[in-house]
Amino acid sequence: MNNPQLNKQGELQHLLSTEGLPSRILYDILDRASTFVDLAGRGEIKKVPLLHGKSVFNVFFENSTRTRTTFEIAAKRLSADVVNLNIGSSSTSKGETLLDTVDNLCAMHADMFVVRHAQSGAAHLIAKHVAPEIHVINAGDGRHAHPTQALLDMFTIRHYKKEFHNLRVAIVGDILHSRVARSQIHALTTLGVPEVRVIAPKTLLPSHVEQLGVRVFHDMAQGLRDVDVVLMLRLQNERMQGAALPSAQEYFKYYGLTQEKLALAKADAIVMHPGPMNRGIEIDSSVADGAQSVILPQVTFGIAVRMAVMSTLAGSK
Amino acid sequence: MNIQIKNGRLIDPKNKIDAVQDVFIAAGKILTTGKAPARFVAEQIIDAAGLVVIPGLIDLAARLREPGYEYKATLESEMSAAVAGGITSLACPPDTEPPLDEPGLVEMLKHRARALSQTNVYPVGALTYGLKGVELTEMAELADAGCVAFSQADASLTDTRVLMRAMQYAATFGFGVWLRPQDSFLARDGVAHDGEVATRLGLPAIPVCAETIALATMLQLARETGVRLHICRLSSAAGVAMIREAKKDGLALTCDVSMNHIHLSEMDIGYFDSNCHLVPPLRNQRDRDALRRGLQDGVIDAICSNHSPVDEDAKQLPFAEAEAGATGLELLLPLVLKWAQQGKLTISDAIAKVTHNSAQILNIDAGHLSPGAAADVCIFDPASYWKVEAAALKSQGKNTPFLGMEMQGKVRYTLVNGQIVYQSIPNF
Repeated sequence: MNNPQLNKQGELQHLLSTEGLPSRILYDILDRASTFVDLAGRGEIKKVPLLHGKSVFNVFFENSTRTRTTFEIAAKRLSADVVNLNIGSSSTSKGETLLDTVDNLCAMHADMFVVRHAQSGAAHLIAKHVAPEIHVINAGDGRHAHPTQALLDMFTIRHYKKEFHNLRVAIVGDILHSRVARSQIHALTTLGVPEVRVIAPKTLLPSHVEQLGVRVFHDMAQGLRDVDVVLMLRLQNERMQGAALPSAQEYFKYYGLTQEKLALAKADAIVMHPGPMNRGIEIDSSVADGAQSVILPQVTFGIAVRMAVMSTLAGSK
Repeated sequence: MNIQIKNGRLIDPKNKIDAVQDVFIAAGKILTTGKAPARFVAEQIIDAAGLVVIPGLIDLAARLREPGYEYKATLESEMSAAVAGGITSLACPPDTEPPLDEPGLVEMLKHRARALSQTNVYPVGALTYGLKGVELTEMAELADAGCVAFSQADASLTDTRVLMRAMQYAATFGFGVWLRPQDSFLARDGVAHDGEVATRLGLPAIPVCAETIALATMLQLARETGVRLHICRLSSAAGVAMIREAKKDGLALTCDVSMNHIHLSEMDIGYFDSNCHLVPPLRNQRDRDALRRGLQDGVIDAICSNHSPVDEDAKQLPFAEAEAGATGLELLLPLVLKWAQQGKLTISDAIAKVTHNSAQILNIDAGHLSPGAAADVCIFDPASYWKVEAAALKSQGKNTPFLGMEMQGKVRYTLVNGQIVYQSIPNF
């Protein structure tokens, strides 16, 4: 089966998932992102003309403020024309199918789609459908993947830890429903992190999670011991209704990240979160705002990483 | 009309025939096989040299989508697909719109099917009104109208008291009850097997225990009520083991599997191929192997197409939103032959699963070519290859996981009641 993300030359055609991409491509994106970070850091020109004359359509079938905004900023800094569409889940009730919507936008000469959708596989479906000169970036599909989030997490880890091959990384929380976790796991294992841990109650783990190459822990104290990086996940409120958890209070007590639990990790461990955070549910405010937290730098790096992804795609044939 | 099928390799599993023999047909029935009867004058001779002559296939699950879903398929389109697939009898599940829960609907369906005079259609009636799992249908009236068994199709029946009553009532009249085992709570929102692929792709999953828990309930109630139970579309190794045990214990029970599930597994979903969104879900390779073994050793009695034509638009959606189902009538024979070849079975043993065995489950006199039997015959070219393409399929449903694949075995003639209802010219 051909990897739908790569073109015949092995270049990145679409970014749909971090799974199945060679580490070379991931490193190229991270390297390119650091040139954008340097550029912005020097306080000089923020804008580069790499996507000049191109139209980027942010098509969000599911609400998002942060991800959409960072994509918008990234596209504008690359000098692209940006169109934002918040289609929401109600558009299908008007009778237009997902692919009809996409066809209409293609007719408006879109060059690149940034897509978020509530269903796993939506970005793959669109990528398969569009003409070969159009690029698709998955900005989150159901529980499946959120590759730019994972790449900005990798960028952040590399920024603080320099190397991947000597790290122990723990992902904590609702792995079952998390596209972020899946993309993080694939990116971490591809970049050579020797030990990736997941920490969650059994109700929040997919049945075959070990086959993704991770070690499973149900106990925070054991799972956090000696880790270099703690990746927290957002807990959706719905989980309390679906019998996955009894209460937010109990979750916080056993799986919330507090200073006390964080003390079990390495002294220089960093704490990350994809946002938006639920303070007092998955993470204590003292940790979120504490010295080990790199949650705000993540957001800043996110723009550079998205610029790197977009300019990489625009450069492929 | 008197027809002689000449020089073909006749395979009739029930009568244990596998030899080059002629078949003689008169007045819509098989007169005899082998030597020509005295004074027999053929009005038509079918030269079957190099071809295989078998009883017409009997498909235990083919959705014709009428009434109610004519935009997906019509009787005309699906009956022509059936005969092109060598299928001379088929059972259709009751999940039409409205469901087959009224004698009038069943009579109308039978009447429409008869008027087309192609494949014999055997409706399976709804076990409960509207398939809602609350009130029993008038099963005896429905049987008089032509229903051959009673089923919930893919609708759930969670109330075990209603299920027990339905079985008791069906058993009163000796009716068969056909059920697909799936616990609706465990399967809620699920679209794929709870395994490696669903984990990776982030698809809502259906665990194996959704099948085994429902199956345990059904087996226990069958023991209790003495109903003739037929289990539809088994999907897991654990399910096969339970059926094996139940049969060993002497429970009168039959079981089928869909042709998709003996060839495919969750891995075939690949990158969200919605053609592999099927009911039940494709499970892992161990499950597939267990289903094949179960078929070989007789734990599973029959193979069905589980033909479920879906309109193109309903498949062009993200995996979970895409409608489940695949077209199948025209693929049943080649996929059974493929299984025979891969499993090193004789053609006779393999086609028994779509002829004689299926007839016994349906409780009809068909699926064999004994003298006096209806002349329902399929004649196919075992050496002919063809590619599964939308344009090559007569069914209105064009979606199947096998799209683009090469199939071996092409139907040349189909006869129903001694009439040639399908004929294809080999392309030289």
